[in-house]
Amino acid sequence: MSRHHGRRSAAALLALLLLVALAAAVSLSLGAVRVPLGQVLRAAVGLGSESADLIVLKLRLPRILAAILVGAALAVAGALLQGVVRNPLASPDLAGVTGGASVAVVGFMTLFSGYSIHLVPFVAVAGAFVVVAIHYALSWKKGVTPMRFVLIGIGLSTALSALTMFLLISGPAYLAAQVLNWMTGSIYGTNWTYIGMLWPWLAVFLPLSLRIARELNVQALGDATAIGLGSRLQWSRMAALLCSVALAGASVGVAGTLSFVGLLAPHIARRLVGHDYRLVIPASALAGALVLLAADLAGRMLFQPMDIPAGVFTAGIGAPFFMYLLLRGRRA
Amino acid sequence: MAGWLRSGRRRAAGIAAGLALLLVCMMGSLLFGVHTYRLEQLWTAYADFAGTNEQLILRTSRVPRTLIAAFVGACLAVAGCVMQVLTKNPLASPSVFGVNSGASLLIVIGLTAYGSSMSMVNMVWVAFVGAGAAAACVLVLGLGIGGRFDPIRLTLAGAAFAAFASSATSGLILLNKQSLDAALLWMIGSVSGRKLEHLAAVLPYMAAGLLLAMLLSASLNVMALGDDNARSLGQRLGLVRLLAAAAVVLLAGSSVAAAGPIAFVGLVVPHLCRSLVGNDHRWLLPYCALTGAILLVAADTVSRLILMPKEVPVGVATAIIGVPFLIRAARGRSHE
Repeated sequence: MSRHHGRRSAAALLALLLLVALAAAVSLSLGAVRVPLGQVLRAAVGLGSESADLIVLKLRLPRILAAILVGAALAVAGALLQGVVRNPLASPDLAGVTGGASVAVVGFMTLFSGYSIHLVPFVAVAGAFVVVAIHYALSWKKGVTPMRFVLIGIGLSTALSALTMFLLISGPAYLAAQVLNWMTGSIYGTNWTYIGMLWPWLAVFLPLSLRIARELNVQALGDATAIGLGSRLQWSRMAALLCSVALAGASVGVAGTLSFVGLLAPHIARRLVGHDYRLVIPASALAGALVLLAADLAGRMLFQPMDIPAGVFTAGIGAPFFMYLLLRGRRA
Repeated sequence: MAGWLRSGRRRAAGIAAGLALLLVCMMGSLLFGVHTYRLEQLWTAYADFAGTNEQLILRTSRVPRTLIAAFVGACLAVAGCVMQVLTKNPLASPSVFGVNSGASLLIVIGLTAYGSSMSMVNMVWVAFVGAGAAAACVLVLGLGIGGRFDPIRLTLAGAAFAAFASSATSGLILLNKQSLDAALLWMIGSVSGRKLEHLAAVLPYMAAGLLLAMLLSASLNVMALGDDNARSLGQRLGLVRLLAAAAVVLLAGSSVAAAGPIAFVGLVVPHLCRSLVGNDHRWLLPYCALTGAILLVAADTVSRLILMPKEVPVGVATAIIGVPFLIRAARGRSHE
């Protein structure tokens, strides 16, 4: 049974990886100007024509990389959080990450409207961390229990979205449009600078998440059992939350608040590879990347020349796929 | 967990105090706002109607929004409480059935198809149908036919459906800018600008839902013990679940039809009330109804007062009032 299961999971991971590669290749070649795949490859190794170079390397590649990185980061953040709080409805929004980032960005745009828009990612990450620190402190009472953490998270994120709304209403109208656009979540107009800011976070925290995966498997058995098995519960819980916040905060900073990826990509992963977090985390990363790539492609292609924010399509594409898995799972 | 109010007498006193507080809040909501009125003006508006401006404001704006806030708050809170037992998930709220997003989606579809010729009362019905259809989809997806009941599957199906519907909604809005304003106005979720006819249209369903939920309260207590216990105690689980789901759809569907999607009330009020009276649903549900009504009426009043003369969405004010209580309750609870 377990060997069979292992082989199936490996096959699922491989299939996801191939799908991500395929989606990335298609994404590079399609757009307002179609670049044949051969030319894409030539541009990739530095032999392409000047226009192909510009389109593929300067415009599309950073955007596609951003989709992959952001999708993976959000999905892993969601998987970690669901593991920590042991609730399938948990998502990065719940830890106050999105709320903190939104308030910080809206506040920044309202109060310092003259400053460069390039500072926004930093502001967002800073906001996320401040709010999560508050969240953690409020939930601490001789340790953090999942239930308390979640309830306080709901309270905080509601309060923060109210604060965001308040700032939006009391500020000037043009600002509201700008901020709402950011809040829908889009990777439109990402350039290499953003990629440069994003990848270090993933390089540090993705491997760390994989290390924590074993701990999450133990925690899934319940607090008492986990402590009985020798887990340093509060430490590993804090480490998992830190990873989750860092990943989600960085991606929110670059791409705004993309809904759905962090909530449902881990569930897609679980349907494919089972409940072992050592498999769920890589599978979530791939599923998140795939959903966001597909959503971004749909946003670019479906209503040309309009470029629709990817955040509109993440659920539109991911949810039917998830429901299919849900229905299929019942027969098995 | 028994909560602060343990004896039956104290709990009954709590209900009476809650009713009094609700009356005070409703009075405040009737009298305070951009224009402040006196009690006798309210009296003459009904006893001796002369058609003056203030009488018109009282009769067509203040009274409807206060009543709608009270009913919607009560319904959402009770629906949330039933939902949390049904899905065995303390994070569940009526919106997990896709009720809010389904209603929003159908409203936007309606506005795209018929434009501004759609009247408010029509919108109430459209929203109600959308909410019901969404809940039916989620139930079919989550329960299936003959499948074993799995609360996690139901919850996930709901979350996925809600995400899908709201994505479709924003897509439609983006494609079709002229429907934007009316739709956005509706989707903010507010008790202002609604008329008594809107409430009257859904009131029977609200009443039916409340009644059904109260009748189920003893069964919910048994259900909360876990499936195996409930079954061995002789409960017909399938029937109770179906009735509970029906109650949620009636309550949440009519609320969203009357006031648009209002979040947070359905999620937070059950937690507050649990810390007051514990897990006995025969007390919990009435407490939820009262607290929900108080919260929404108070929030509506506050939403008029904080940024005068602008009004902030009622969701902002619910958060301002509700969040401190929620954090207090979460820190105070003896954990699992």
